[in-house]
Amino acid sequence: MVVTCEQVWHESSSYLDGETGSDLRAAIEEHVRGCKTCGAVLDGTRNVIGLYGEDRMFEPPPGFSRRLHRRLEKNMPRRRGTAVGWMVAVAAALLIVGSFEVGDSASFVHPQLRSKLAQPGSGIPADMMVVVAEDGKTFHVAGCRFIHDKAKLRTIPAGQALREGYMPCVRCMKKYLTESARRNAVDADDGEFARSAEPVSK
Amino acid sequence: MPAEAISLDDPADRMNEEMLIRRIRDGEHELFYELIRPYERRVYSAAFAILHNEADAEDVAQEAVLKAFKHIRQFRAEARFSTWLIQITVNEARMRRRKEHAEIMQPIVDHQDEEGNYTPRDFADWREIPSETLERSEVRQKLAEALVSLGQKYREVFVLRDMQHLSIEETAKTLGVSTASVKTRLLRARLMLRDLLAPGLGGSWASKLSFAKGTKPW
Repeated sequence: MVVTCEQVWHESSSYLDGETGSDLRAAIEEHVRGCKTCGAVLDGTRNVIGLYGEDRMFEPPPGFSRRLHRRLEKNMPRRRGTAVGWMVAVAAALLIVGSFEVGDSASFVHPQLRSKLAQPGSGIPADMMVVVAEDGKTFHVAGCRFIHDKAKLRTIPAGQALREGYMPCVRCMKKYLTESARRNAVDADDGEFARSAEPVSK
Repeated sequence: MPAEAISLDDPADRMNEEMLIRRIRDGEHELFYELIRPYERRVYSAAFAILHNEADAEDVAQEAVLKAFKHIRQFRAEARFSTWLIQITVNEARMRRRKEHAEIMQPIVDHQDEEGNYTPRDFADWREIPSETLERSEVRQKLAEALVSLGQKYREVFVLRDMQHLSIEETAKTLGVSTASVKTRLLRARLMLRDLLAPGLGGSWASKLSFAKGTKPW
């Protein structure tokens, strides 16, 4: 069998795909051996097939996979919960509610005042920094000479001192206390003030 | 013919894929991510080859994957999942194209008679081109430009057959044409691309690259 150049071009696709019969294939190969033109056509077409067949031809833009998965996720039906899943969910809900309860008690419980007759005073700025002694019952402005245990002092806001059960010093915090409160505080405070060296101020 | 980029010729892989599909159908939807992961790039590539627009290609790729997920029960096990997915993608891309009437470049060969013989125009001798050439973005760009300059009917056949490695029959079925038409269009597409990419032709990439005119860019 002898084939012309036109026949080779016409059959080039089938030839490269290995779909020509053995006679035609042999004839094409015989032709190409003596025909540079047809050889160039076959080689070039083979290159085209090879290059475009590469997986790297068109690269997806960065983030393509992530965006695809996100869109899929939005359109996927949610699975129905299993018994175990429900138990986990309920336990988690209880934990959350429980944590709110703890938070409430910590934030809003009324403090147990350290002296039964103590008066919290009125108009004390909550952010005013005051000094407390660990073993004491009162809070003071810094430098108050009735602070009795200077080794165990903490400086905290007045609001916190009140929440922790301290009462205002009837000397240095006098202006925030009523007369009866001052008197009660002095009567009730049988420890801290009794131990102070100085007499109650007038 | 080049080897498939992703081959499920291995029976174990194929069985694994079949099992995944069965489990997805039974409600384990999250396994769908695993099923499509090997094909994500191919889906995008098929959409881009037809639309030649990054944003449209990504959107169509997403639509196609979603459609595959929603219709997974209709997938017939005798076909390859990848083929089915690519067929959906190409259909989506064709619909998008029809909808937008977007021709990015005027096809240079649509006027030619499909049944007539195509005569190659350039006979420069090409030595074998290493696939590493594709590492160069300008080479990929030139290949993409040549592809998009083909008429749509040639481009679609070429994309399905030579880029997505569908069989002649699968390509014909996807496009709704006869196998004889697929063969004719494929022959033309290949020869036209060869001419378009051959060094020394007008508008060829060689002149824009750092190669002397008449020499090969690889």
